[in-house]
Amino acid sequence: MNREQIGQWDFVIAAYALGIAVTLAMIAWSLIAMQRAEKRRDAVKRSLSEGTER
Amino acid sequence: MHGFANPRRFLKLARWLTPLLLASGTVMAAIALYVGLTRVPPDRLMGETVRILFIHVPTAWLGMGGWMAIAGASLAFLVWRHPLAALAARAAAVPGAVFTAICLATGSIWGRPTWGTWWVWDGRLTSMLILLFLYFGYIALSDASAREGVSPKIPALFGLLGAINIPIINRSVVWWNSLHQPPSITMGNSAIDAAYLGPLMLSVAGFSLLFAGVVLARMRALLADAQAEARLRRMASEAA
Repeated sequence: MNREQIGQWDFVIAAYALGIAVTLAMIAWSLIAMQRAEKRRDAVKRSLSEGTER
Repeated sequence: MHGFANPRRFLKLARWLTPLLLASGTVMAAIALYVGLTRVPPDRLMGETVRILFIHVPTAWLGMGGWMAIAGASLAFLVWRHPLAALAARAAAVPGAVFTAICLATGSIWGRPTWGTWWVWDGRLTSMLILLFLYFGYIALSDASAREGVSPKIPALFGLLGAINIPIINRSVVWWNSLHQPPSITMGNSAIDAAYLGPLMLSVAGFSLLFAGVVLARMRALLADAQAEARLRRMASEAA
């Protein structure tokens, strides 16, 4: 592997690392935000139904 | 299609579809990127950097596809007043912006060894950067609309108007001189060698499934937030 090929691989690895890391972070963020929002909705729903029963 | 505008029916479908889309998209994208990194031969002119194709092209298409989704959902909201259509448009904005940003960053990384520069202000790169700014504008506008109670028609109109930029991005390499290569894949035709085309299509399919999975997760989050807010308002009005 000559110097030029090593240089090219650095660019390839940088592009893949950036693309994969940002995509995974976006997926994790969207799933965490979804779970939090659904938990909050269920908690509000429970407290509303408890209030109605009283 | 109109049946799924019912939030209950949508949630029933989205609960099993979200993990399915994310899992299948992850597997397909991982296989495509692995093949792109290890199995395809280097290009005669671009050498090893041709492998950036498998992450750059899917994110470019989904950056543009994300805005088309916003425009389509905005049109559906304006015409049929489906509340889920406005939610779908909002949900597509973040993944669209993220994929546009990845496309710009990976394109810049690819440009340095092949063009000798990180950036040029030509038609393709500039119109893609404008798309990223349009996404930022749309996200700010739709968040303000949801928070401040501004009419949701305003972000919907912005979504429709912004779609003008999509054909400009697509034709930019034909209309103006550019360092960027002309379109390699057109309707029913491809200038890309079969060794690259197979993994590229797999990568596009995998990233598209991931995009759809993230949109569904965002829609579920936005819908849950709206339902919680509505219930809290009801509690407050009953207490008063």
